[in-house]
Amino acid sequence: MRAFSYERASDPAAAARRAAEVEGARYIAGGTNLLDLMKLEIETPVHLIDVSGTGLDEITETEDGGLRIGALVKNTALAADQRVRRDYAVLTRALVAGASGQLRNKATTAGNLLQRTRCPYFYDTAMPCNKRTPGAGCAALSEGAFSRQLGIIGTSEACIATHPSDMAVALRALDAVVETVTPAGDTRAIPLEDFHRLPGDTPQTETVLEPGELVTAVTLPAPVGGRHAYHKARDRASYAFALVSVALIRLPDGSGRVALGGVAPKPWRRAEADAELPNGARAVMARLLEGARPTEENAFKITLAERTLAAMLAEG
Amino acid sequence: MSPPLEFEMRRRTLLVGTVATAVTAGMARSARARTGAAGAAAAAVPAGPVQSTVNVTVNGEARALTLDNRTTLLDALREHMHLTGAKKGCDHGQCGACTVMVNGERVNACLSLAVMHEGDEVTTIEGIGTPENLDPMQAAFVEHDGYQCGYCTPGQVTSARAVIEEIKAGIPSHVTGDLTAAIAMTDAEIRERMSGNICRCGAYANILAAITQVAEDEA
Repeated sequence: MRAFSYERASDPAAAARRAAEVEGARYIAGGTNLLDLMKLEIETPVHLIDVSGTGLDEITETEDGGLRIGALVKNTALAADQRVRRDYAVLTRALVAGASGQLRNKATTAGNLLQRTRCPYFYDTAMPCNKRTPGAGCAALSEGAFSRQLGIIGTSEACIATHPSDMAVALRALDAVVETVTPAGDTRAIPLEDFHRLPGDTPQTETVLEPGELVTAVTLPAPVGGRHAYHKARDRASYAFALVSVALIRLPDGSGRVALGGVAPKPWRRAEADAELPNGARAVMARLLEGARPTEENAFKITLAERTLAAMLAEG
Repeated sequence: MSPPLEFEMRRRTLLVGTVATAVTAGMARSARARTGAAGAAAAAVPAGPVQSTVNVTVNGEARALTLDNRTTLLDALREHMHLTGAKKGCDHGQCGACTVMVNGERVNACLSLAVMHEGDEVTTIEGIGTPENLDPMQAAFVEHDGYQCGYCTPGQVTSARAVIEEIKAGIPSHVTGDLTAAIAMTDAEIRERMSGNICRCGAYANILAAITQVAEDEA
């Protein structure tokens, strides 16, 4: 790990100002992903601003009947919140499908959204990676590469990495909105749909956040009701990233929402695919994964996604 | 019987050569990682001091430490406080051997900076029980042979105690059925919640028996 200086912030706006002042500064809260990457020198911040003491760790009710989740709310606390369990069960299910108990006790809401891909070539500093070193090339797209875990849609010639979060997939199904504060002191509300960028030819830029902009909260609209489910297909029964995950909200009239994880550089959802729900899993996935460009190794994800959703719909 | 001198010398030469190659390769790899990872920020230097002071209570004892900012909580415990119970396994949060309690919650000490623990209360395996006065979970691990090499055991014991408390506190897991009902202390719940602690000897069945016994004794 490279040497860095460190300071504790007590106020979100002051933290954002400071982040813009110090070149090479990064925020740290739970640190479960950032420290991992710093040990491998994939992330090399020269200054850490510890935002864990900025008080953004409450879950409160909003005026329109939804919830505001502070950026620092731990995954365990969010999953266990009675309002989340009752009204946004897909979020609890997604959270407890991710990581381990130890990690969920440290991992935060904002950190979960901002975690980096687990593409093996992003982690291996001996291999070229456009996300790690812009312009270096993509080892995952080279002949014989190991791409079983990687993306099938929303990817580009420069990058086929996926976003690893389970939580974000549920938040996408719930139409969550990300709230931020900028170094200038302005606040922004960014629909989660627009928060993560597709890679294009700049896969190193993963979100629409401006330099120094700090996530302060995630808000959920009023509950939509219906049955909530999250199914995660992975290579072992627990504590593994998704091959494919499906967040499903089904309303009594047969309509609903479907979001996918493990397949794209962001939580994957399309309104036109949601509209196909009354017509079954095959119709939904035909729309949702239309234009998919899988590799030979991960083409199975298309079938897996369809069958996972079919199983969920069969459960009622 | 010793091999002929000539052979021995050649063997030694070969070994020295291999070590030199390995060192060179290692240096090249780390140099490449630096240029590759840092890009434009390669020349950047820290904006302030690279050491910080932190006050933390460990196993009930107040400690004031001045540490390189890079020191993880695990390294602070092991190298600076000489509490070597929590183990360094993978050092990347994947194996659970470093599990300790911070303010009553289990965490991976390897993925936490020590300087971020100002005012926190940390409990390691040394604060849970001693050879003369075992914690009931430690005694149950002994009784059920819940260890083989034992390297994962401090993390397993710490995690196991937390698992029982997490179920009692009604914190749901991946295998919890009804999210609004009380959570049962089942094998499936315990196994799922222990999945962040890896034992390569494969003592899982005995660990499960130990945890189940403690949970039943406490019920």
